[in-house]
Amino acid sequence: MSVSQPSSPFVLALSAALALTLSWPAGAAKPEEGEVNLYSARKEELIKPLLDRFTDRTGIRVNLVTGNAEALLQRLQSEGINSPADLLITVDAGNLHRAKEAGVTQALSSEAMAGVSESYRDPEGHWVGLSLRARPILYARDRVEPGQLSTYEDLADPRWKGRICIRSSDNLYNQSMVASMIAADGVESAERWTSGLVANLARPPQGGDRDQIKAAALGQCDLAIANTYYLAGMLDSEDPAERDPARAMGVFWPNQEGQGDGRGVHVNVSGVALTKAARHPAEAIRLIAFLLAPESQAWYAEANGEYPVREGIDISPTLAGWGDFKADTLNLGRLGELNGEAVRVMDRAGWK
Amino acid sequence: MEIALSGAPAETGRRVAIPLGGPGPRLLIGGLALLLSLPVLVVLGSLLAPDAEAWRHLAATVLPDYVANSLLLMLGVGLGTLVIGVGAAWLTTMCRFPGRRLFEWALLLPMAMPAYIIAYTYTGLLDFAGPVQTTLRAWTGWGHGDYWFPTIRSLPGAVLMLTLVLYPYVYLLTRAAFLSQSLAVLEVSRTLGNGAWRTFLRVALPLARPAIVAGLTLALMETLADYGAVQYFGVSTFTTGIFRTWLGLGNPVAAAQLSALLLTFVLTLILLERWSRRQARYHQAGQRHQPIRGYRLSGWRALGAFVFCLVPLLLGFLLPAAQLGAWSLSVAGTGLDAGFMRLTLHSVGLAAGASLLALVVALLFAYAQRLDPSRTVQLGARLAGMGYAVPGTVIAIGVMIPFAWLDNGFDGWMRATFGVSSGLLLSGTLFALLFAYLARFLSVSLQTLESGLTRIRPAMDEAARSLGLRPHQVLWRVHVPMLRGSLLTALLLVFVDVIKELPATLVLRPFNFNTLAVRAYELASDERLAEAGPAALAIVAAGLLPVILLSRSISRSRHVHSA
Repeated sequence: MSVSQPSSPFVLALSAALALTLSWPAGAAKPEEGEVNLYSARKEELIKPLLDRFTDRTGIRVNLVTGNAEALLQRLQSEGINSPADLLITVDAGNLHRAKEAGVTQALSSEAMAGVSESYRDPEGHWVGLSLRARPILYARDRVEPGQLSTYEDLADPRWKGRICIRSSDNLYNQSMVASMIAADGVESAERWTSGLVANLARPPQGGDRDQIKAAALGQCDLAIANTYYLAGMLDSEDPAERDPARAMGVFWPNQEGQGDGRGVHVNVSGVALTKAARHPAEAIRLIAFLLAPESQAWYAEANGEYPVREGIDISPTLAGWGDFKADTLNLGRLGELNGEAVRVMDRAGWK
Repeated sequence: MEIALSGAPAETGRRVAIPLGGPGPRLLIGGLALLLSLPVLVVLGSLLAPDAEAWRHLAATVLPDYVANSLLLMLGVGLGTLVIGVGAAWLTTMCRFPGRRLFEWALLLPMAMPAYIIAYTYTGLLDFAGPVQTTLRAWTGWGHGDYWFPTIRSLPGAVLMLTLVLYPYVYLLTRAAFLSQSLAVLEVSRTLGNGAWRTFLRVALPLARPAIVAGLTLALMETLADYGAVQYFGVSTFTTGIFRTWLGLGNPVAAAQLSALLLTFVLTLILLERWSRRQARYHQAGQRHQPIRGYRLSGWRALGAFVFCLVPLLLGFLLPAAQLGAWSLSVAGTGLDAGFMRLTLHSVGLAAGASLLALVVALLFAYAQRLDPSRTVQLGARLAGMGYAVPGTVIAIGVMIPFAWLDNGFDGWMRATFGVSSGLLLSGTLFALLFAYLARFLSVSLQTLESGLTRIRPAMDEAARSLGLRPHQVLWRVHVPMLRGSLLTALLLVFVDVIKELPATLVLRPFNFNTLAVRAYELASDERLAEAGPAALAIVAAGLLPVILLSRSISRSRHVHSA
């Protein structure tokens, strides 16, 4: 009996597929002129269209690896001075701050960050925000009057018992939110607040932000805490199962002037840092400038319901419909510094 | 006859130990094992830097939850996969009932479904806002709180999801074992007055034990390493804890220590099983001489068997695949372009490379253990196979750190000696990615080949050796032909696993290189389930072909034996 014969066509096919894959050009193997290498925690869908536009305009090729920020940062760190990456893009300020602390970034000139509010960039220029993400309170319009709402702090009040939906504390957006509570009110108050919030939850934390919105719209709870771009994405969807729940919800901007400390709504940024190992700094800085240009800033709002990081940019009607708001002016680097503390607070408060 | 049941004294089976020539091969095996366990050892190395502060916090808050949930998850998935896997394997092999020929292969289909994708689909279906509950409310006029409905996003939900996609491991290996069992043994049992049930429980089941355990081990290791499904369901396990500690607390050392704890879990499990098996041997006395006629089932028995096989197929494959299909239709026209073909090619190419590599390496380890069952070689094989229980991201970090260290070391030396920079030679290449797959999935092919080899009598080796064949000739001319089914199984299992693999791919891939799993995940994790539909469906489709090949080869092996 011959062994290899029956399975050999299959093995041959496997080998051929492998050869094809391996012969695929590995992109940024060696530095060339006219390209820039990007490690991005922004998903491909939410960055590639802009990068393609950049390549069309400038002829500079952009090589992309996407992944979660922490893993990309780890990759950047272990590759050290030989890292091929010129830029690191994350979807939160905390990780940019960590990259700076790890010593893998370098400072940008202030011209490179022109027009971006000081809260949304590193004081020493090691990172700069690209788009703004707000995390307000969403309420079921048929059951809650906006007048009943005021601040994040108020969500710990027993009158909201069994009426709030929010996702797991594993989620970075929640960790950043608790970090902002610590920055505003101190660790002890923030921990009391977190315990109060957990006691008010309608169900154990599960699912993502869209799931919280749907649960609230359908009556499982009355309030949901979620980033606005999820709501915008649902409103723009053609699927009624997405669109209809979103229409039942209103957006409430908490902590505005006259409400509590009036510090503003909790926001975070997606942002970018220039790596210390960058081999194409000039091209990288051109890309940053492009991503901060008014046209790109308007794209974030249009394509993903995010807010621009600079003033005077037109936003989509969906976003404009929710009205203006004051954003927390805390420098977002603080969120990164306080993230570990925030997770410990959430652990102690029993937030799953 | 050389069949010894578990717990029976060892004198019936003598292991044919033919020492390898000199220390050379042993060193080779040991070295290879070390290399392959490097990612895991990097993780274990973290234990040398204890962080008492972090541990106090973890122990006081979340650690008890991680331990309890992980244990319950394993218990549930273990029981579930055993009952479905072994039950279905017995029914489709030994009984005749309507639909049996279809179930034989169709029962493997859920294997093509990644756990995180089935979790997304069931949530879409069964959630409060999903079509099932919405319809229920529309019919009855109930609102929230008026009725009880099981929450899919819960620990029992996670057990169900993982059981549905992991039982095929048990089914596959157990069925292969049942098929190769000598019919004579079963008939002897019947003539000695045992009924069908007693024969199953007292003879067939104990004989199939190594295969069942191999399948169960794979299912449980995969359970422990799962991140996507449990994370989405909000069930805190060791894996989600590792990520939270690493990413949230910003403490990679404590995270690595949690992984090390997880590994000890796995090692204990494996050792316990080996110990309980002790000296028992499972070789078969001879080939089957007649086809299995099978017990003909009729009436409610046939119906029972039919339903028993239909339910896992329906829930594990048909229903979620239909949901994915519906989602794909709803976004038809978007995303299905040349780029999509490239994604498929990347996924298939990587899976092909990794499965071939894993096959060769696993054969080496499995055969070395047969020739030389010394502690060194045994330990080497177990060490090399540990990666399966480790979450993909942890493996990826374990590959990244030593590779980058080597690259930078060599680069420094080149700069100092020749004044030129060699840059990164290994990091960020497909080679690094293939190595990670090998470290993570070797266990799959190794377990399969080991369980195949134990069924070949040592007398075969002895006869071949006494006829003057060298060990490698014995392997090539005797074992490989007899192992054909196991070899194919090992190849295809790794293939399917790599097609589904996400975290290591995500972290280690080169620039501009995406796979189907990456695409599906990026969209699904952005909560755009419908848009993730086509890529998810393509993963399932790419996994289907090998699964069908696999089931055909198993069915055929039976006809070969019975011819």
